[in-house]
Amino acid sequence: MSQDQNQSQKRFSAANTELSEQMESWQQQLPSCADKVLQLAKQKGATSAELSIGASRGLSVNARMSEVETVEFNQDQSLSLTLYQGQRKGHVSITDLTDPALEQAVDMALAFAEHTAEDPFAGLASAELMAESWQDPELYYPKPFDVDQLVDLSLVCESVGRKDSRITNSDGAGFHIGERTSLYANSHGFQGQLWGTNYSASCVLIAGEGDQMQRDYWYDSQRQWDLLSSPEVIGQKAAERTLMRLNPQKISTRKVPVLFAAEVASGLLSHLMGAISGGSLYRNASFLKDRLGEQLFPEFVSVFEQPHLKGGVASAPYDQEGIATRDNIFVADGVLQQYMLGSYSARKLGLETTANAGGARNLRISSTGESYDQILNKLGTGLLVTELMGQGVNMVTGDYSRGAAGFWVENGVIQYPVHEITIAGNLQDMFSHIVAIGSDVDTRGNTQTGSILIEQMSVAGA
Amino acid sequence: MIEQVSRELLLPGNVSLEQLDHFLVETMGPGIDFADLYFQQSMSESWVLEEGIVKDAGYSADRGVGVRSVSGEKTGFSYSGDISALAISQAAQAARSIVRQGQSGSVEALSKVDFKPLYAADNPILALSSEEKLAILQQADSIARDQDSRVKEVTASLSANFEQILVVASDGTLAADIRPLVRVNVSVIAEQNGRRERGSAGAGGRYNLKTLMDKTLAESAAKEAVRQALVNLEAVDAPAGNMPVVLGPGWPGVLLHEAVGHGLEGDFNRKGSSAFSGRMGEQVASSLCTIVDDGTLADRRGSLSVDDEGTPTQNTTLIENGRLVGYMQDKMNARLMKQSVTGNGRRESFAHLPMPRMTNTYMLPGEHAPEELISSVKNGIYAVNFGGGQVDITSGKFVFSASEAYLIENGKVTTPIKGATLIGNGPETMRNVSMVGNDLRLDDGVGVCGKDGQSVPVGVGQPSLKIDELTVGGTGQ
Repeated sequence: MSQDQNQSQKRFSAANTELSEQMESWQQQLPSCADKVLQLAKQKGATSAELSIGASRGLSVNARMSEVETVEFNQDQSLSLTLYQGQRKGHVSITDLTDPALEQAVDMALAFAEHTAEDPFAGLASAELMAESWQDPELYYPKPFDVDQLVDLSLVCESVGRKDSRITNSDGAGFHIGERTSLYANSHGFQGQLWGTNYSASCVLIAGEGDQMQRDYWYDSQRQWDLLSSPEVIGQKAAERTLMRLNPQKISTRKVPVLFAAEVASGLLSHLMGAISGGSLYRNASFLKDRLGEQLFPEFVSVFEQPHLKGGVASAPYDQEGIATRDNIFVADGVLQQYMLGSYSARKLGLETTANAGGARNLRISSTGESYDQILNKLGTGLLVTELMGQGVNMVTGDYSRGAAGFWVENGVIQYPVHEITIAGNLQDMFSHIVAIGSDVDTRGNTQTGSILIEQMSVAGA
Repeated sequence: MIEQVSRELLLPGNVSLEQLDHFLVETMGPGIDFADLYFQQSMSESWVLEEGIVKDAGYSADRGVGVRSVSGEKTGFSYSGDISALAISQAAQAARSIVRQGQSGSVEALSKVDFKPLYAADNPILALSSEEKLAILQQADSIARDQDSRVKEVTASLSANFEQILVVASDGTLAADIRPLVRVNVSVIAEQNGRRERGSAGAGGRYNLKTLMDKTLAESAAKEAVRQALVNLEAVDAPAGNMPVVLGPGWPGVLLHEAVGHGLEGDFNRKGSSAFSGRMGEQVASSLCTIVDDGTLADRRGSLSVDDEGTPTQNTTLIENGRLVGYMQDKMNARLMKQSVTGNGRRESFAHLPMPRMTNTYMLPGEHAPEELISSVKNGIYAVNFGGGQVDITSGKFVFSASEAYLIENGKVTTPIKGATLIGNGPETMRNVSMVGNDLRLDDGVGVCGKDGQSVPVGVGQPSLKIDELTVGGTGQ
C-alpha cells in the first residue's frame, strides 16, 4: 500500500469520527425517543404498547489477491412498535425517527389494531414479571474504527492463507468491527438499553483447478477485539481446511455412524430448540409436541442456557418482553424438562413464560468429555461431517435429509475427503442415538456444542 | 417517472435533481473511475391469519441513499438513512477514500435511460381496503378447511411492497423505477391417525393487491397447500442412492437456479471461482438444454424494468443447446471482463452493494410430452415440488430438497415419498439431462434468492426434465 493511500484512509477515519460523534449523541436520545412514542400511543388511545429501537454502526474491509477489494461503512437505526387496542394488535417498523414519522407510526399501528381480530392471548408480558434491576452483561468494548489497521490485517490474513502453492485462488479475507445499542420499553414502565460490540475476521480460500476446485473457510467472532484470533491463525486454518478437501470421493450408499464436527453440530441443537419453541408447539408444527417429561436423549445429555455470562455472545439480563432472564435447563438427564416460551405462546399453551422471547441465550449441551481425537477414535469407521447444505429438515415430522461433505474415517484416522452425498434420518431417532459429545466446543456462536457422534444414519452416494 | 420518484425521495431532504451531478463529482475523486448514488424508498404491509383470525398486521418503511466509488477492482461504499446534502457528502467522502492516487475519472452529463416499464406504477398496498385484505385471508382459511376434515391448522399471509428507486452514475446514467410486489402464502397442517404433515403454497408478482385478488391466487394457494399436505400424509420413506429423476415443470426450475445460474454470475467468473469459469463456448450441458435469464417478463416477481444500476433488463441466453454462451453481468464485472452489461446488477437495498444476480431463470421447452419422460423410467423418482436449494459455486455441488415426490415404478408414478434432498454436481447433472418436456412453466412467484447475505426476489421455470442419474438422499432402500 502506498503512502498516498494511507493518507486517504486517514481521511476516511476522520469522516468516521464525525459520524461516530453523531451516533453517540443519537444513542443518548433513544430513551427519550422511546418515552415520546409510548406517551403518544397512550394519548391516542392505545391500551398498551411496546417498542424496540436499535442503532448500529460498523466497518468492514475485505482484501482479495493481495489488494483491498471493498471498504464498507454502515450505520443503521430502526424502531419497531407494537400497539394493542384491547386484545387487538398492530405493528409498524420505521427507520426515519423524526417527530412527524414517529407520530405517523403510532397512527398507523392504531389503524391496524382496528382491523385485526380480538385475540384473547395477545398483549404485553405480565407487569409483575418485568425485570427490575440487572447487572451489566459487559458486552461493550469499543475501539476506534481504523481502516488502515483492518486493511493491513486483511492483507496479512489472506497472504498467510495463500502461502501454499496449492491454494490457487481466493475469495478474500476480511475484518469487521461493529457496535450496536438496543433499547426495549413498554407501557408497564419498563425500559432497558444495552450496548455491545462485535469483532469478526474470516478468510475464504480455493484450492485446485478447473473441475477439481474446492473452497473452504475459517472465521472468528468476539465481543472484544483483543480476543479475536490473529490474522495468521485465521489464514492458516482456512488454508488447512481447504487443502484437506482436495481430491474428494463419493462413498457408496450405506448406513454408517456419523460424527458432526462442532461447527455443524450446533445445527442439531438449533433444530431441538426450534421444535420446543412455543410458536411451533401451539401451531402443531413440531415433532416434539406433547413430549414434556419424556426421555428424548441418552441420560448423559443436558441442554441449558446461561443468559448472564459476562461478555457472552448472546447475554442479556432481560428478554424481548422485559422479563428477567434466568438459567433455564431444557433437557436434564436426557429428559425434556421444559419448553422454550415467550408470554404469547405460554398463554396459548396454558403454561408460564420461560423468559425466552427472542430465543435461548448462550445455549450449551453437556459434553461427555472426549477430545476431538478421542471422539474420532470413538467414531472408529464412519463419516465425519464438516459441511451441511440445503434446507432438508422437516420440523413437523423430524425428517432430516441434507447434503453433506466431510471425511471418511477408518479406525479413528481420516482417510480421504468425501463429497456429493446426503445424510438422512429422523431427528427424534438421531437425538436418542447420540453416542458422545466432544469437549471441542465451538464457542463462536450462540448455540455451542462440541462434536456430536450419532450411532447410525443413512448415507446416499455413489 | 423520474419527476415523481425524485419528489418522493429527494424533496423531503431539500435535495434537487440538479444537485446530483455535483454529488457524483464529490464521489469521484482521484483514482476513482466509476461512482453511483442509489436512492431508495421501500414501504411494505403484511397481514397474517392464524387459527381462523387475522392476528397481526403491520407496516414497515425504509429509505436512504447508498454511495459507491469504484477503482478497478476496488470498491468503497457508504450509505445513509438520511437523504440530505450533508449526509450524501459525508457518505461520498467515505466511499471515495478507498484510493487517492491516479487520474480523476470524469462525470458524464446525466441523461435519462430509455426503457419500457414492465409493471404498473401505482402503490399496490392501496389497491384494496383493509376489509378486502382481511376477506382474502379469511376466504383462504375457509377454503383450506373445507377441502378436507384432516386439515387442522391454516396459516395465511398477505404482503405488498412498494419500492421506488432513483440511480445516477458517473457514466451519465439517470434512471428511476417504481416497483410493486405482492404475495400470498398459505401453509396448512393435516393430521391423520396421529401423523402430521405440512403443505404450503404461495403466489404473487409485480402487480397490485387488487390483481392478486382478481386472479384468486389465495384460493388456489389454499387448495394447493391442502393437496400437498394430504399427499404427504401417505408418503413412505424416500429411497437412497443414484437413480433417474424426472422433475416436474415450473418451480423445480430451482435446479437451474442452483446447478447453473449462480455459477454463471459475472463476479464469480471474473474471479475464476466458479465451476463454469473459463468455459465460455464449451459444451457444459446436454445439447437439449437452452437456458435463459429473462428480466423482461411483464408482471413477474423476478422481473425489473431497469436493474439497480439503471441498466434496462434483457433476455440473456446463458446456455444454448448445451453450449455456454453468456454470463450475467453488472457494470463493474462487465467492465473488468470487457463484456456487455446484461441488466443483472441488483442489490437488496440502498444499504447493500450491487452485484450480478438472476432475474427469471428458465429452460426453453423441448419436444417430449411429459408422460414420455415418466414412462421411460423403470425405477426412479418423480419430484414436483421443492423447498429450496443451495450451491457451492466453486465445486459445482448443489442440493435441493423435495417437498412433494413420488416413486416411478415400471414407467408409472406410484407411491408418494417423504421429502428427500437431491444432490449433484452442476455441470455433470446438466450433461445428464436426457429428455426435455414440451410443458414449460414458470413458478407462481414465490422465489427469494440469497447471495452474500443479500436477498432479492427471483423467478425460475422449466419444462419437465429427465436426469439420467442423480443422488437421492432418503432413508429407505
